[in-house]
Amino acid sequence: MGKTFSKPEALTDAHTHYCPGCTHGIVHRLVAEVIDELGIRENTVGIAPVGCAVMAYNYFDCDFQEAAHGRAPAMATGIKRVRPDLMAFTYQGDGDLASIGMGEIVHAANRGEKFTTIFINNAIYGMTGGQMAPTTMPGQRATTAPAGRDVEATGMPIRMCELLSTLATPGYISRQTVLKPKYVNKAKKAIKKAFEYQKENRCYSFVEIVSTCPTNWGMTPLDSLKWAEDTLLPYYPLGEFKTPEE
Amino acid sequence: MAKVLMKGNEAIGEAAIRAGCKNYFAYPITPQSEVAEYLAKRMPEVDGVFLQGESEVAVGYMIFGAAACGERVMTTSSSPGVSLMSEAISYIAGARCPAVFVNIMRGGPGLGGILPSQADYFQATKGGGHGDYRLLVMAPEGVQEAVDMTMKAFDLAEKYRGPVMIMGDGLIGQMMEPVEFPEDFTPTPMNNDDWATSGMATRGTDKRNLVKSLFLDPKQLNDHNLLLKAGYDRMRQEEVRYEGYNTDAEYKLLIVSYGTMSRVCKTAIDTMKEEGLEIGMVRPQTLFPFPEQAIHDAAAKESCSHVVSIELSMGQMVEDVDRCVKGQRPVTWYGECGGDIPTPEEIIDHVKSLLKN
Repeated sequence: MGKTFSKPEALTDAHTHYCPGCTHGIVHRLVAEVIDELGIRENTVGIAPVGCAVMAYNYFDCDFQEAAHGRAPAMATGIKRVRPDLMAFTYQGDGDLASIGMGEIVHAANRGEKFTTIFINNAIYGMTGGQMAPTTMPGQRATTAPAGRDVEATGMPIRMCELLSTLATPGYISRQTVLKPKYVNKAKKAIKKAFEYQKENRCYSFVEIVSTCPTNWGMTPLDSLKWAEDTLLPYYPLGEFKTPEE
Repeated sequence: MAKVLMKGNEAIGEAAIRAGCKNYFAYPITPQSEVAEYLAKRMPEVDGVFLQGESEVAVGYMIFGAAACGERVMTTSSSPGVSLMSEAISYIAGARCPAVFVNIMRGGPGLGGILPSQADYFQATKGGGHGDYRLLVMAPEGVQEAVDMTMKAFDLAEKYRGPVMIMGDGLIGQMMEPVEFPEDFTPTPMNNDDWATSGMATRGTDKRNLVKSLFLDPKQLNDHNLLLKAGYDRMRQEEVRYEGYNTDAEYKLLIVSYGTMSRVCKTAIDTMKEEGLEIGMVRPQTLFPFPEQAIHDAAAKESCSHVVSIELSMGQMVEDVDRCVKGQRPVTWYGECGGDIPTPEEIIDHVKSLLKN
């Protein structure tokens, strides 16, 4: 019997620093598989965020830049404007993208920059230790919301796909998750579509992945998957919000 | 090439193109918006990139992303905008990418004013952003020198793999002067295959490049900072530029002044010379590296009894001048920082009052 399963070429041999039960590893793999399948590894530049994925450049085996907090879309803009022949993707968390980087992501999407964003939404700040994010659910506890998120004081969680879908500029906006195997395949399809739109120079592409953070949620990995499905998915519905064909 | 009459801001834009920079990102701010307006027209003519970013913060990182690909890139701004870009400048310095920043200074702090100023001296030469980094800072005295320095800035940014800044005050951006663009200028070719994220296929290699400023290991970070320091020390050895004005004379007093302010000082020095009063001046053309030895030696001249730093700020460069004079002579400050520029007559009065005391 031949080899049936192997590590994507676009991943290095390094062990990740991610916590047990964290979904970053799955998403890294999906992105790497797509890069392999499209044969773009040697023309791709990734942009790492500030947050848990700050060292994503240790795990992806392609050219990489490391951004300041929230600024990855501006760096990807710089790359694609001066080297439109390269493929660029930003990999950002919810604090990075939906809080400090809100200006950069909205304007990059609105300009229709031809790069791809992978947005990991786990409703909390991971790397800095469980502080409240713009995507934290009402009542969800965080180290900076010890009694749970008070929406009277902090507003409701921001839904990025819905927000970006209101832009009149054509784009590909999709929300997926990797909480169960059946979702993983769909997520990969969306990621592949996103990179294909970029490769065809069609539009900006954005795939949100509803994710978990067992460590900062204070749950086991299994409980995290269940909590995410019961609590996050009803508020963050899955699906394609916008395609450039529309 | 024959001389042409150009506004400083437009001449800086043209100089960038002539130096082989085909990539420009910017955000509008007075008094430098003409650079963006000029390049919005001009860049498409040379198949270059022009993009107006959503903020100076974003523009700083567009510059970073483009520079990290190994492409020549420039932005221009003015004081409050440069404050916003300072975060990116720190990252660019930390990640060792060549890029050119132009600050056409206006008054501060805060929103300040829109008239000429030199109040960003500390910001440019002492940091601005966080961490241990230096900018190579050049300060033109007029439109021609702004052109010459802009064209040279890209080679220097690549030589040192870091950000370089042109510091002009609002007057240099706004005034028109005859300028000549060198015809025989050839940009020094940059070999960036060992660091730029230009795509492995572009480089014909299977070795990827990383552009980053994160070093969690204390020894690695210290070594990285030592590497940066070695570059700054080399700048101190190789890049100091200054002009001595009337420094062959037996001057009674030494002026240190740069940019527009030094042009006014030259007029004052000429007038006093006609009256029989010799005054010398050292005009730093690089603010970092600073002409430390030149100022030290000029102050040491036996005929010289006093050193005055004349600036469009409330006394910033004077701290460096004082550091260089090392107590040999009294060092004082004179200047204005509201947008008006001291006249030759005011400078003459001030110099004479210093010599009387």
